[in-house]
Amino acid sequence: MSTVQEVVTEAAVVEAVPKKAMTLGYGTSLVMLALLILVPLFVKNFVIFQLTMLLIYALAVLALNILTGGSGQFSLGQSAFYAVGAYTSAILMEHAGINYAVTLPIAGVICFGFGFLFGQPALRLSGVYLALATFALATAMPQLLKLGYFEYWTGGVQGLVVTKPDAPFGLPMSQDMWLYYFTLAVSVAIYVFSVNLLKSRSGRAFMAIRDNEIAASAMGIDVALYKTLAFGVSAGITGVAGALGAIAVQFVAPDSYTITLAISLFLGMVVGGVGWLPGSIVGSAFIIFVPNIAEGISKGLSGAVFGVLLFLVIFLVPHGARQVAMVAQQLIGKLRKN
Amino acid sequence: MELFTNQVLAGIATGAIYACMALAVVMIYQAIDHLNFAQGEMAMFSTFIAWQLMQWGVPYWGAFLLTLVFSFCGGIAIERLLFKPLAKAPILTNVAGFIALYAIINSSAGLIWDFTIKQFPTPFGSSPFLGSQLISTHQAGMIGVTLVLLVLLFFFFRFTRMGLAMRAAASLPESARLVGINTSWMIALGWGMAAAIGSIAGMMIAPVVFLEPNMMLGVLIYGFAAAVLGGLTSPFGAVIGGFLVGIFENLAGTYIPGIGNELKLPIALALIITVLVVKPAGLFGRPIVKRV
Repeated sequence: MSTVQEVVTEAAVVEAVPKKAMTLGYGTSLVMLALLILVPLFVKNFVIFQLTMLLIYALAVLALNILTGGSGQFSLGQSAFYAVGAYTSAILMEHAGINYAVTLPIAGVICFGFGFLFGQPALRLSGVYLALATFALATAMPQLLKLGYFEYWTGGVQGLVVTKPDAPFGLPMSQDMWLYYFTLAVSVAIYVFSVNLLKSRSGRAFMAIRDNEIAASAMGIDVALYKTLAFGVSAGITGVAGALGAIAVQFVAPDSYTITLAISLFLGMVVGGVGWLPGSIVGSAFIIFVPNIAEGISKGLSGAVFGVLLFLVIFLVPHGARQVAMVAQQLIGKLRKN
Repeated sequence: MELFTNQVLAGIATGAIYACMALAVVMIYQAIDHLNFAQGEMAMFSTFIAWQLMQWGVPYWGAFLLTLVFSFCGGIAIERLLFKPLAKAPILTNVAGFIALYAIINSSAGLIWDFTIKQFPTPFGSSPFLGSQLISTHQAGMIGVTLVLLVLLFFFFRFTRMGLAMRAAASLPESARLVGINTSWMIALGWGMAAAIGSIAGMMIAPVVFLEPNMMLGVLIYGFAAAVLGGLTSPFGAVIGGFLVGIFENLAGTYIPGIGNELKLPIALALIITVLVVKPAGLFGRPIVKRV
């Protein structure tokens, strides 16, 4: 058995995505934003709640996208960071009586720290090993949350109930609608932050590491620092998403944050297109609505439908929604010429 | 002291489960250089097949052999149909494929046989082994099966042309192709063997943990931990790793206060991370040197 592995012939971890292909143009972004602002005005409360969850999962998928599409590291453990964010927010609100909006940045910072620390051992790991370690993290997290020692804080198996906030300043809005616009504001802020992050010096460092780690370090990039930083940023954003999720669902319990959630987020990223940030919302829509449809066809079938669709995506549109968007763009371009 | 020896013995007994699973994990890693996240589910599905055959009145060993054949063919079929086209794809795509497979198998097993817990028979009986209360004859039999499997694998890889060809195809595919080895089929063969070993593991484990679609998740994590501890390149290391993990789990449960059944998975997580950080090649694996 050879002990030397040729880096050149080795398969890439993630396909390199050019920086320009990672985001949308200004015009399209503004149209999307307008849609997101207007739609809730015309639908029922339950649909508004679903749209809120759509944004929240989109944030979590976006976070994974920065980690995987940006810096080329895997994580099957995003559910763990999501859980930490959710619990941070729930505990602060219910035990310390802190305002919900204030808990978001705290959850973000705590998760950033957690992710940064987890990134330290993850530094030594690449590819499948990293997937394995994060997979173990995700499966271990529900058991940690159920632990007797923390029961006073976490509520053990029972979980914690969170109160839903009212619209402030006497705005004439339902709770769901207020929460939707609140989530939308947070999401837009984080999206803008992410786009700028990837365009910055740090973003270029991430991508250099993704494309070739050895070459990146030869160019003077501190590989260890930027890899852990990517982990931290990703975990931080996931934590904020988790906190928002806790507020929207009004409940946190260990079994809401199993490996299934981590797998869903991973799936969302693949469907949305790895490295294409706007794809996050497509992926999020996929993981929220497809299981409902599948359950409608036959109960217990959602896993199989998920799996089959994932294979279809891998084989037919390996770049996910990005590929579809690109084809559409080309078609429109052709029509204009004619 | 007696408590200690007893716990070590009990640890070896549970370790046999992990050793079996770790062996399957290492097998597939050798063949395709990836960790198969669906390995546990494939083993679970095979075990259900064996259970179904027995329900139809096939005797134990008949069902055992039929399941082995089915798993071997099933493993090859999965590779040919789903993963051969992905051979050149980025690692991410492969991991996504494994996860898809995991979801499909888990969900369809639940659909076919539903999620109620089922009894699975053991061929070795469950009376105490040699008068010891700690190890039952089933557990002793399981240890025996694991060791026999290990010896067979050792002879296969060391002394047969096919084993040599598989090793060559796994470590240096380009050169292997140049000397006339059909590397693509070697990979399929690796999948088949891993699936067959997994099915043996499943059938040995099922009497202990009971048969249900989610029975393998914990075992798989421990199997990964064992494989990582022993070194992902060494079947021998995987088995030793399995026993060590079993002993470690039992001792930690006995001597460290506050670690009971509820912390089983976090222990495995801590173990995986510690080994990967301190000694990434594992106890018996060979370190991989990268060349640009």
